[in-house]
Amino acid sequence: MQTKRAIFPNKFLPYALLAPQLAITFVFFFWPAAQAVKQSFYKEDPFGLSSRFVGLANYTKLFQEPDYLNSIGRTAVFAISTTGLALILALIFAVAVDRLIRSRNAYTTLLLWPYAVAPAVAGILWWFMFNPTVGILPYMLDVVGYDWNHRLNQTDAMILIVLAASWKQISYNFIFFLAGLQAIPKSLKEAAAIDGAGPVKSFFTIILPLLSPTSFFLLVVNIVSALFDTFAIIDATTAGGPAQGTNVLVYKVYQDGFIGLNLGSSAAQSVILMAVVILLTVIQFRYIERRVQY
Amino acid sequence: MSSIVLKDVRKVYAGNVEAVKGVSIDIADGEFIVLVGPSGCGKSTLLRMIAGLEEISSGEVSIGDRVVNRVDPANRDIAMVFQNYALYPHMSVYNNLAYGLKNRGMAKAEIDRRVKEAARILEIGDYLDRKPRALSGGQRQRVAMGRAIVREPAAFLFDEPLSNLDAKLRVQMRVEIKKLQKDLGTTSVYVTHDQLEAMTLADRLVVLNGGSIEQIGAPIDVYDKPASTFVASFIGSPAMNLIDAKADASGLAAAKGEGLSGANAYGREAYVVGVRPEHLKVLRGEAAAPADAALTLRMKVKVLEPVGAESYLYGELPNGGASLVVRVESHETFAIGEMVTLHAPAKDVHFFDAQSGRRIEG
Repeated sequence: MQTKRAIFPNKFLPYALLAPQLAITFVFFFWPAAQAVKQSFYKEDPFGLSSRFVGLANYTKLFQEPDYLNSIGRTAVFAISTTGLALILALIFAVAVDRLIRSRNAYTTLLLWPYAVAPAVAGILWWFMFNPTVGILPYMLDVVGYDWNHRLNQTDAMILIVLAASWKQISYNFIFFLAGLQAIPKSLKEAAAIDGAGPVKSFFTIILPLLSPTSFFLLVVNIVSALFDTFAIIDATTAGGPAQGTNVLVYKVYQDGFIGLNLGSSAAQSVILMAVVILLTVIQFRYIERRVQY
Repeated sequence: MSSIVLKDVRKVYAGNVEAVKGVSIDIADGEFIVLVGPSGCGKSTLLRMIAGLEEISSGEVSIGDRVVNRVDPANRDIAMVFQNYALYPHMSVYNNLAYGLKNRGMAKAEIDRRVKEAARILEIGDYLDRKPRALSGGQRQRVAMGRAIVREPAAFLFDEPLSNLDAKLRVQMRVEIKKLQKDLGTTSVYVTHDQLEAMTLADRLVVLNGGSIEQIGAPIDVYDKPASTFVASFIGSPAMNLIDAKADASGLAAAKGEGLSGANAYGREAYVVGVRPEHLKVLRGEAAAPADAALTLRMKVKVLEPVGAESYLYGELPNGGASLVVRVESHETFAIGEMVTLHAPAKDVHFFDAQSGRRIEG
């Protein structure tokens, strides 16, 4: 990518300008990350009074632990469902709004609002709506004969966190898809219409392929956010339960470390997550920055 | 191949904005029609109504004896070349050409034959595997044309197809489009704002202004006998000199300034007198205009603009009169402020109604 290079006459000015950001990154990312890496090689007592070097024991133990393997599976189900649901619904909304002329701005604004809601608040919102005792949705599901109880039923609990997590993500995806759709020249759609492609055919053969850079970008961003940015939603709705049913990796880091006080294992888990993020970021830079070729 | 007939076609947008105000044109089979006019004259809207991309508010469009007002663009048997080419960026050139045929369920072998044939005609055979972004502007233009010809449609519709090309390529493609259309004999409607493109390509010109037809005719007829001051100033470059004149029994005089004289050909009191820059002869010094001159003008020289093969001399009637332009020999030189005499014979002088701007004819 071609970027404009700014030339600073003073050699130290650019560093001075970067310093605050670098300081924040260092204090809140590199330092804790280094701590986590270090801690993952130690076994530490709950009060932090003594610690013992154990090498890779924390890691090897993790992959023998049924709870952790279960959590990987739950995370996969959660991330794939959330990403899939958020992408497909957002695309449908974007296509619908793109067809409008006068009411487009109103719908766009309304569809963006959920993104402004804090994750914990969104979690509480869904917790109330799905509350088996007082919630409106279990009441309605009861009418059609379904006994909703996410406190007992792991599937119900998973559905709840998937809905809560994707709800917010839809707004984000929607605005990207809408921008992507509006960037497609109108004449392309008209050319396709003259070329005998109906609305469905032209969507799948023209519009969707042209949206592929947007779609791929959103896919990566959504997976990252489903993996790491959903702590608040899970904590506010299911808290990992019932019986580990929604204990996804990022929540398990918290549970094992701050509730179970198994600091070494928790550190090892967060190092693994960090590796996954780095991998996804690399994929994103490799393919997005060079653009998906079409 | 077929004829296209427009019958009192109108386009009214929301808020009662009338973009096309009752246009009727009979386009014969195989004819090359150019719709020309300034931006906002409704020419593109008219073309898009023929294509089916724009709803027809009232009136009737028929393609080959079939009224198509309510027919989808896909089923009108037309192909369109867009200003920005509208090539599918994710498809190879081959697939760009084949897309419309595949959608119609044509057999693979026949698609292949047609694409290869079009590629041969347009000399794009070497690029069939490339994506549009790997092509130059001229090559893209050819692919866009190819997409139209593989369809073997009843009519080609061109929406300013050359305006994104540089000047040299534009002239080259203009010649090729004309040749291609003559070879294929396909009825064509071509929209442009460039009067030169319109003149060179058209079998017949349709000059549009403000949503209405000003004049329909062969390019040379439109040039020789413009129906209104609008057409007179739009067709031809530089534009025709148009001078407000008053008249009485003794002859013509400039409405503003002085230095105009001539015969009062139609016995009226006021005219707009028109004469093309290339039809005026220049006399220097105090030489008198010949006896057969129907119009004589005195001009104070302001600018000489050489364009190579010829030069254009700009000036005005003395004492704040109308601006004038005249074509002169390329190497002739003039002093700024020099007074010259211009004259033209009766056959080259046009008279227009002072109010309506319509042409007056005897």
